[in-house]
Amino acid sequence: MGFWSFLIIFCFLSFYIHWYGTTKALKINEDITKGSKLPSLPSYYGTYSLLWLLLPSSIILICWFFFKPYIIDIFLKESIPLSLVDNFKGNPSMLMDTIKATNPEKIFPGTNPLIIDSAAYYQTLTTNSDSYVFLLVLVVGLISSLVSLRKVSTFFRARQAVEKANINLLIFCSVIAIITTIGIVFSLIFEAVRFFERVPFFDFLFGLAWSPQTAIREDQIASQGSFGAIPIFTGTLLITLVAMAVAIPVGLLSAIYLAEYARPTVRKTFKPILEILAGVPTVVYGFFAAITVGPFLKDFVSSLGLSMASESALAAGGVMGIMIIPFISSLSDDVITSVPTSLRDGSYAMGATKSETIKKVILPAALPGIVGAILLAISRAIGETMIVVMAAGIAANLTANPLEAVTTVTVQIVTLLVGDQEFDSAKTLAAFALGITLFFVTLLLNLYALKIVQKYRERYE
Amino acid sequence: MHLKLSKNTEKDMSKNTELISKSLEKRHRSEKRFRFFGILGIGTAVIFLITILSSIFVEGKGAFKSTFIQLEINFDQEIIDPNKTNNPEEFKFANYKLLINDALKNYFPEVKDRKTFRDLSVFISSAAEQNLMKLAMENIEIIGESKKIWLLASSTIDVIHKNPQMENFLEEDRLINNIQMSWFNALKKNGDIKFGLNTNFLSNADSTEPEQAGILGSMLGSFFTLLVTLLLCFPVAVASGVFLEELAPKNKFTDFIEININNLAAVPSIIFGLLGLAIFLNVMHLPRSAPIVGGMVLALMTLPTIIISTRASLKAVPPSIREAAIGLGATKFQAVTHHVIPQSMPGILTGTIIGMSQALGESAPLLMIGMVAFIVDIPGSLTDSATVLPVQIYLWKSTAARGFVELTAAGIMVLLTFLVIMNSVAVFVRQKFEKKW
Repeated sequence: MGFWSFLIIFCFLSFYIHWYGTTKALKINEDITKGSKLPSLPSYYGTYSLLWLLLPSSIILICWFFFKPYIIDIFLKESIPLSLVDNFKGNPSMLMDTIKATNPEKIFPGTNPLIIDSAAYYQTLTTNSDSYVFLLVLVVGLISSLVSLRKVSTFFRARQAVEKANINLLIFCSVIAIITTIGIVFSLIFEAVRFFERVPFFDFLFGLAWSPQTAIREDQIASQGSFGAIPIFTGTLLITLVAMAVAIPVGLLSAIYLAEYARPTVRKTFKPILEILAGVPTVVYGFFAAITVGPFLKDFVSSLGLSMASESALAAGGVMGIMIIPFISSLSDDVITSVPTSLRDGSYAMGATKSETIKKVILPAALPGIVGAILLAISRAIGETMIVVMAAGIAANLTANPLEAVTTVTVQIVTLLVGDQEFDSAKTLAAFALGITLFFVTLLLNLYALKIVQKYRERYE
Repeated sequence: MHLKLSKNTEKDMSKNTELISKSLEKRHRSEKRFRFFGILGIGTAVIFLITILSSIFVEGKGAFKSTFIQLEINFDQEIIDPNKTNNPEEFKFANYKLLINDALKNYFPEVKDRKTFRDLSVFISSAAEQNLMKLAMENIEIIGESKKIWLLASSTIDVIHKNPQMENFLEEDRLINNIQMSWFNALKKNGDIKFGLNTNFLSNADSTEPEQAGILGSMLGSFFTLLVTLLLCFPVAVASGVFLEELAPKNKFTDFIEININNLAAVPSIIFGLLGLAIFLNVMHLPRSAPIVGGMVLALMTLPTIIISTRASLKAVPPSIREAAIGLGATKFQAVTHHVIPQSMPGILTGTIIGMSQALGESAPLLMIGMVAFIVDIPGSLTDSATVLPVQIYLWKSTAARGFVELTAAGIMVLLTFLVIMNSVAVFVRQKFEKKW
């Protein structure tokens, strides 16, 4: 049974069960001899039995989707003849991979016929197992919904049962957010711990040299690889600083102008225009930084007689700053407009000009909120990936000169993981150690910033 | 006494007024300066935006046309159909490169030795062979005849043709040598080189040759990925938004969920990629590079956005609606599902479209789960290897060949067009259907 025929049969079955439950309830209601009617509307009885169709089938399908490879592995392992296991050079998991990779229709000459047999078995297993599961789903769903239909009687309150089930479903959907967070934390911690088994924690956190090129094969001559993350952290910091140097003045001044000076029509046109900057995908900024800004800055700086790397921190950070502008401007705008009018009126009444009011009354009052906005923007900048992957360097450089190329945490994660399949090397695991550092730093920044903004809001509400 | 004081005060006043009026000038100047800085801030931001968009347009506009070279092709039966079968299926095995080479030799009879000819043969794209094969298979009567045909030029020639100033460059900076340049000029003088519409760009998947690379493969990859994202994300996000805003009891557990959602909204997108790699690929063994995994990762990433906008639009529905429904005997759940959700649907849909457009532009998490591979086939299902629009742009940007620069910019133009369309739909839905209470 293919997927589409299963889907059609399943939809048909769902409609039928719902209709059947509803009609059954209607019949009981019509039967006046019984004296009392059902406590809930008839359609709730239909929905109730429909839920009993959906619940077991979705559980089976989800389990199958996630555990299919494992279940198939178990069947495959049992089917492999012992003689093949004994003859195969290498560990058993390699044998399984070989069987899976073999296509029984396009075989290399000299392949062990037992392997071909197993491969053919594996192919039929993967295609047929879906059909068996679909059949199982239909049968189990049908049985459980038919059993649930027997409950339709004047003593059964179907609405309460349906609503309770629905609320539980909603709770489950809400809990997915928690599951995701737990998934992130555990997957990162699990891999990072494996990394720290190979590289001491403090060597990672305080080491000054980063060159993750470890030997792939044992006999290969290559450097041992050193995993000191300080140059990466300073690189991230440098690019973030450059970004903030662009974003804070421009964003803050725009926010002040839009909130305090601009007429409503000007505000209405320019606020969305600034927000376009936030909607532009980051690859676009990356391309702009690498193709337009980088060469332009390089020419400009070399005309001043200085030398500059073509993947400088200045180009990547500057363009990232442009991306951050709307975060700072719209958050600060909210903060500034929520400063109570009474404070402004008081200042004007004392004879202060508008700029004096802004500088001496509004900005100090709004400062906590603005700091929160800046912290959120910094966390954005630290976690930003595509701009730096496309425009910043790969080599870890311990420098504070924005004209040189530096690398960032996100660039390293991408370069360590893209294209590399070997999952047991310290090199790939290092990406997870960097990932968990990134996660916790941004998490702390966000929590702190949100707390500041929350406190600020409470003060003026 | 009284008079004296008033006189003094008057004197003081006039002195003060003088002081104030003097300082006022300065204060007003600083006022103007401050205002100017504000305008400068906005101006800078707007100039940045215009620069970005216009530089992409300038770089990318050339990608929509490509260069064609006209050659007299002799459809030699000896080459196409040596066994004289007249069966079009047999034509597939012919070497059409020979036809092109013969035509080039006829056009430039002065080229004799092999080494020089190699420089000449790079003028024509390898895609031209496919086109000749198609032509021969469709029109059998052409066999044995000679015909002038426009052939797709290679990317190098295309770059030279689009940038005429390159003729004056030094030989080593120019991509082609001086002899090739003279051939190019000869073709130009005879009118045998022209621009035509680049049909490959919108109908092909990726390729190693810039003139044959297209964006259709990644467009379909994006479509499949977003389909998975929408199907997973929308029901879950709306359900959890409804629960948190309408039905959740006020307790520690609900607070914990809310904190989690707010934090997930601010987690860097690459972290979701690491999650996908560690769990979906390494634990669950789902296929690498597949839209289904990409869609799952993006769904987790978009979830908070849609939940937050669902909650905002549910909040906008006035409590009187709920009270009226409950007053007529509805349960709380019925009031929400029958009245509040339908009323807030435009807002929820707007939020969903905006979340989807974010997901469309996202690329970092997809790099982690292998959607960054070089894929020549157009994906046909959720489990085929695929790449998406922004990742395709990233891949083209990382390629060294000069011809890919304009393709990258053109890819960005396509991506931005989709984003503009999605956001306009969102604005339209909001303005047309959203109720103001």
